[in-house]
Parts: sequence; structure tokens; C-alpha cells
Amino acid sequence: MIPSKFDYVKPSSVAEAITALRDGGDDAKILAGGQSLIPVLRLRLATPSVLIDLGGIPELRGIREDGDRIAIGAMTAYYDVIRDDLVKQHVRLLAQATETVADGQVRHRGTLGGSLAHADPAGDLGAVALALDAELVIAGADGTRTVPASEFFVDYFTTAIGEGEILTEIRFPKHTGWGSHYEKFNRTAQAWSMVAIAAAIRVEGGTIAEARVGLTNMGTTPIRATGVEQALVGQPATADAVRAAADHVTEGTSAPSDADAAADYREHLAKVLTGRAVLAAVG
Amino acid sequence: MAQVRVTVDGVVYADDVEPRTLLVHYLRERLGKTGTLVGCDTSNCGACTVHLNGQSVKSCSVLAVQVDGAEVTTIEGIARDGKLHPVQEAFNECHALQCGYCTPGMIMQSIDLLGDNPDPNEQEVREGIEGNLCRCTGYQNIVRAVQSAAEKMKPGAQADVQSPVSVAGGGD
Repeated sequence: MIPSKFDYVKPSSVAEAITALRDGGDDAKILAGGQSLIPVLRLRLATPSVLIDLGGIPELRGIREDGDRIAIGAMTAYYDVIRDDLVKQHVRLLAQATETVADGQVRHRGTLGGSLAHADPAGDLGAVALALDAELVIAGADGTRTVPASEFFVDYFTTAIGEGEILTEIRFPKHTGWGSHYEKFNRTAQAWSMVAIAAAIRVEGGTIAEARVGLTNMGTTPIRATGVEQALVGQPATADAVRAAADHVTEGTSAPSDADAAADYREHLAKVLTGRAVLAAVG
Repeated sequence: MAQVRVTVDGVVYADDVEPRTLLVHYLRERLGKTGTLVGCDTSNCGACTVHLNGQSVKSCSVLAVQVDGAEVTTIEGIARDGKLHPVQEAFNECHALQCGYCTPGMIMQSIDLLGDNPDPNEQEVREGIEGNLCRCTGYQNIVRAVQSAAEKMKPGAQADVQSPVSVAGGGD
């Protein structure tokens, strides 16, 4: 199908984009990589009056080291995230999860910021941002503010980004030397996660010293599996200990039932996948 | 209407387009580049794959206005001086098509894959073309063709092959 009519603006700075967003009113929509939005426009599930394309703003792209954090511009494409040396070295879990998103063509266009702002509960990167305590920088007419990932995901497709605001940067604390793994269960021809587990683990002398676990598609938002994290810390990095801790994974979740899987099947998957993710992470 | 100036298969075009025009429709209906096909219209199948600034994209999920100033290569622009691209040759030789509908997208994605990974094993080929669906399920010969093309394109054998251009802001 062909999208309904809209106007198109391509600002060259964040300030211009914020002005365009204000001028566009209620029906304005931000276009990032477009790999979710353009299919939605084609299906006419969204009919914005104006599309504000962030593709012409160089300051929104790129990855840099910022003290004990890795800062990633919101418009940085998945492909560039995956191949970046800073990400590989300090935030490997993000590279591992991003590699599983969609397919090669989509990874060339789709962006980290677009994915997080879209906040599809089956999207892969929210669980990583949550597990690693990322911070999200949001710009508006009154300047910028920083929101922790724990407060960013509000509900199904809903985030802390307010009216007239734009997500500009995502900052990940370095997890240098941590083991990590993203374990995903999906249908072969479609890369949407039925359930996926993001795990980053720090082992000291055979004992799990710190654990971060995030869940994809186990509720209306990404979920932090604090029960699993607490159960893992202090345990030996063995299969039995990890599997016992993984039983806590359904605490606080509200797994959806849909055409792909029933809630109880997702809960079963989550336990199995958590064991696999953590064991792969401690490697 | 919005102005678009874009290089497609080596030719510069300047056109007024409606902002809602998809790149695939612009290529097919305005420029007559019907070698690029519309398969699923839901961004699953990859039949409409073209290269945008040297990277494969699904042209049903890109707006024509977004490619202003860019370079697009379609299946119609990869042969050189009447000689097929090595990946086209390999698809022909390995009989990597049945109905042929997925072929233009398969070839464009395979060229992209070989640009990133010149010597992929079978698993890497299968993962590299995961965004392209063959309804005839002729994947065996498609995988064979991509690996055969990789052999043809090894250093010393790739004089005719354009190397992919990195995209603006690329982190590699």
C-alpha cells in the first residue's frame, strides 16, 4: 500500500528539529531509520500530517567514549553499532543483541534511538538498555534532560519522551571485561523475539560477583529480572546454580499471549533461555 | 512535492516527488527500473533490495525523498560492458532460481554480503540472506551460487567488481 499524504521536513540540527516538531503540532511524527515507521505508514496504521526526518543531522550519529560511558548518537545505525570497536570492547551485550535485529538490509537503516523510542516490547534493545543501566538524553525546547532506562519505558509503545521532545543520545556505562550474551527465540523467517534474554555477568574467582539481566517481550515494556540477578550473585558459575537462579525469571512479568505463543509457554521459554544466556555469558 | 536529485545506476536524475512515494515505486514507475520487484509489500521478503550509498536496503522501506543526494544501485546497474556481475553469473551457472521473482533482491543482498565477508561459509551465507525469502524454497542452489561467486571474486579475479562505498557517518 501507499502511505497517506504527509508533508516532509529534513532539519539539519536538533534545534531545527525541535522547532519543526512544535510547528507540526499533534500530528507530527519523527522519522529515524524508518524500518518500523515506514511499514506502519504503508499500512496506514499511522497517518501523520508531517514527517520530520532526522537523517540530515550529523550530530545525532556516531559513537564516542565519554569517561566511564560509551555515548551513542540516537541516529546511529545498527550496522555501525555492531561493528564499532568501543561497543565491542565495553558494551558487548549491545553488539550481540543488535546483531540479532531483523536482517542485514534493516540493520543498515534502522537506528538504536529509533528502536528505543518506538518501544515495541518485542524489540531487542530495550532489554539491553535496561539491564546495563543506560541513560537516555532527551532534548526539548527548554534544553536537555537525562532519563535512566529504568524510567524510560512507560508502557506498550510508550516512553518518557514527552511532546515536543527528541531522543538524542544513549549512554551506556562501560562493562569492560564482563561476560555477556543475548539469547533469543524467534521464528526463522521473522526476527521478532518471542522471548529473549539479555545477560551480562561479572565472575570473580569462579563466583558470580555481579549480574544484569533484561527480558524482551515478557510484558508491555522491557523488564529487568532483579530476582534472577539477586539469586545469581554469590553463586558459583555452574550449570546447576544458574538454572536454579533462572527459576526466578517470571517474577514481576506479565507475558503476552498472541499468535506466536501463549503466556505460559513464554514463561517456560524465559526460564530455559535465562539459563542458556547466563551460562553462555559466564562461558 | 519535494525535489529529489539522485544517482541511479550511474545516471543523475532530478525529480519532483510526493513525500509519500516509496523508493521502490520511484525506481519502477518514474525511472522504469522494473528489474527491482515488489514482493510482499510488508518489508519481509527482500525482493526490492537495492544498494543505497553502497549498502543494501529494502526499497519498500525507504522514501524517495530520503535518497536526495545519494547513490542508488539496482539489479540493472551491476553488469559491466555487457558482462554480467560475478554474482549474476554464479546464479545463472548454479541454477539458483526457479520462478526468479526473488532473484534481483537475492543478488543485490549477496553482493552486499560478499562486500562485508568475502569468504562466507554456508551458515554465514544463510544468515547473510536471511532478509530475502524464496517462495520456491530454492535456497540450496542460492547458497551454492553465493559461495561460487565468492570464489570468482577472490583477489585477482575481481577486476569488474565495484567495492561497496562506506555510508556517511559509518563507524567502520
